[in-house]
Amino acid sequence: MSERSRSRPRPRSPDVQIYRPQLTSVLSITHRATGVWLGLGSILLVAWLIAVASGGDAYATLDRFLGSWIGAILLFSWTFSLFYHLCNGIRHLAWDLDYGFELPTIYLTGWLVVAVSVILTLLTWATALALKA
Amino acid sequence: MSQSNRRDPLNRNVPDGHATALRRAMGLGSAGTGASHWWLQRATAVALVPLSVWFLATLLAHASSSHAVLTTWLARPLTAVIMIALLVALFHHLRLGLQAIAEDYVHADRIKFAVVGAIHGICYVLMLAGIFAILVIALR
Repeated sequence: MSERSRSRPRPRSPDVQIYRPQLTSVLSITHRATGVWLGLGSILLVAWLIAVASGGDAYATLDRFLGSWIGAILLFSWTFSLFYHLCNGIRHLAWDLDYGFELPTIYLTGWLVVAVSVILTLLTWATALALKA
Repeated sequence: MSQSNRRDPLNRNVPDGHATALRRAMGLGSAGTGASHWWLQRATAVALVPLSVWFLATLLAHASSSHAVLTTWLARPLTAVIMIALLVALFHHLRLGLQAIAEDYVHADRIKFAVVGAIHGICYVLMLAGIFAILVIALR
């Protein structure tokens, strides 16, 4: 490494705060955010399995919590996070196969991911409420 | 951070002129295991596409099921095996994803080492606890 580059700070990766948010960057950080949120949801998945294994009382307690309004909000957020991470994950896999890197395509698939995940979330909850009723 | 004054976590005091490029890079990043990290992240992603759709669909079908019905369903060999496959794929995918996030945002090497270690540990414990619960349900 030369003396020049040693004395001058190396260029750093994007300083997020100086950029205007774009669809691409917002969807990218949302992918990570939903991934982390789903990670917290996976704790509930394990807790749910343990509750089912533990017997009726433990399961009833968890079921009551999930049936409350705060439980419903959590489940709704996890449903959306799952569909978003799933749809955007498929978009990522397409990129890995070198498809869809043209800028118009990136924006088209980006909006498609948003629309499809919202629609699937609403459809899932409409189905769940119809089955419950 | 400049590469030249970066702390060497393995304390190898080899002068730059006497080490190969690979030797200098080992332990400081993805050298050696980066490709397998990338591949496993993608392989589990592909596996999770059908597994998560299956999970959501079956959960939806059991939205109003009693504990007894749920237990019977989870105890079926096919359900149990798919559930275990889901847990294995999910927690590998989660630990690799969280590791990538930690490596991007945590810059101090020692703290990064601890955080990444904790991520892997917690994910494996959750995976094993989930698998054990399914086995308890299925084999009772």
